[in-house]
Amino acid sequence: MKILALIVSIMTGALLIYAAEDFPSWGDPNSPTSLHVSPRYITKTYEETKIPNMVTAVLADYRGYDTLFETTVIFAAGITVLFLLRGNRDD
Amino acid sequence: MEYIIAKYNYWIYIVLMMIGFYAMIAKKNLVKKLLGLNIFQWTIILFYISTSVKKGGATIPIMDKAIDIANPALYLNPLPHVLMLTAIVVGVSTTGVALALVVLLYRRFHTLDEDEIFEKIRELK
Amino acid sequence: MIEKNENIILKNITQYLVAFIQLFGLYVIAHGHGSPGGGFQGGCILAASYILMITTLGIEDTKKKYNEFKKHLFNSLGVFIYAFTGFVCLLLGANYLDYSGLSNLFPVDPIKARYIGTFVIEVGVGITVMSIMLTIFVELLTVKRKQS
Repeated sequence: MKILALIVSIMTGALLIYAAEDFPSWGDPNSPTSLHVSPRYITKTYEETKIPNMVTAVLADYRGYDTLFETTVIFAAGITVLFLLRGNRDD
Repeated sequence: MEYIIAKYNYWIYIVLMMIGFYAMIAKKNLVKKLLGLNIFQWTIILFYISTSVKKGGATIPIMDKAIDIANPALYLNPLPHVLMLTAIVVGVSTTGVALALVVLLYRRFHTLDEDEIFEKIRELK
Repeated sequence: MIEKNENIILKNITQYLVAFIQLFGLYVIAHGHGSPGGGFQGGCILAASYILMITTLGIEDTKKKYNEFKKHLFNSLGVFIYAFTGFVCLLLGANYLDYSGLSNLFPVDPIKARYIGTFVIEVGVGITVMSIMLTIFVELLTVKRKQS
C-alpha cells in the first residue's frame, strides 16, 4: 500500500515537473501575472486612495468583497470550533 | 544551466507538494494526514508568492517617494501578496476546525488510526 | 500547560513583555497603510500576546482579563464593523464598500475618505483575527479528554 502511494506520488510529481516547462521563468518581469491587472494597481493606487501600501489598498479597497467574505469564513471557522468542542462538555 | 535557473523554484515546490501528497494518502494517523495537508497548502502559497517576483531591481509593493510609481517594473506584483495574505489566515482557521474534528473522533473511538476507526464503524452497523 | 507556572523569571518577564507585544500589534494594525502590516498580521500578534499569557500565567488568570463575554463580543464585533462600514457607505449614497461615500460623513474629500474607510475595516479584520485565533487555541487547549 505504501509502495503504491509512493509510485503515485512520484508519477504525479514527474508529470508536474514536465508541465512546469510551460511556466514563465523565475523573476521574469514580462510574465502573464505581472502584465494583466497589476500595472493598473501599481500606477493608480496612490493617486486614487492615498495609501502608499499597495497590498493594503488592494486588500481593503479594490477587493473589499473578497476580504469581507474571507473574514466571514474565519468567523465561521471559530464559531464551528466553539460549537464542536463545547457541545458535549459536562461542566 | 539557464533552464535550471529559470525553473528550479517550481521543482522545489513540486517536491514539497509531493511530500504532502504522500503523507495524505499513505499515512494512517489522522494528525499526520493533517500535517501533509498543511504542507500541500503552504507549498501552493509559496508558489503564488514566487509568481510575484520581478528581476531587475524591483522593490516591495509599498510606495517610495524615491522610486518612480509610473513604472510598474520597479515594484513587485501586489496581487499574489493580497490573495495569499487572506489564504494564510483562512488556512490556519480551517486547520483549527480540522483539529477539532480530530478531537471529536478521538473522543468517540479512542484511536486516531484510520483503519481502526473504519473497523469500529463497521462493528456499529 | 493550563496550570500556572511558578517560575518567577517567566512570570515577571511575561507581565512586562505582554504590554510591549500588544503595543506592537496595535502599531502594526494602525500603520498598515505606510509600512508592511495590516489587520491580519496585527491580529495574529495580539493573539500571540494572549497565548503567551495563557502558557505562562495559566488559563484562570488570563480569563480574568479576557473573559467569556469579551470573547463572544469580539468574535462578532470585527465582522460587524466590516459589514456595517459597507452598509454606511450604502446609506450615504455610494455602492456597498465604496468608501468614497464616507466623504459625506467626515469633512474630507472622497480620496481621503477611502483612506479612512480602509483603516476602519482593517481594525475590524484585526479584531476578528485576534479573537478567532484565541478562541481556537483556548477551545483546543481546554478540551475534555474522556468521553462524556
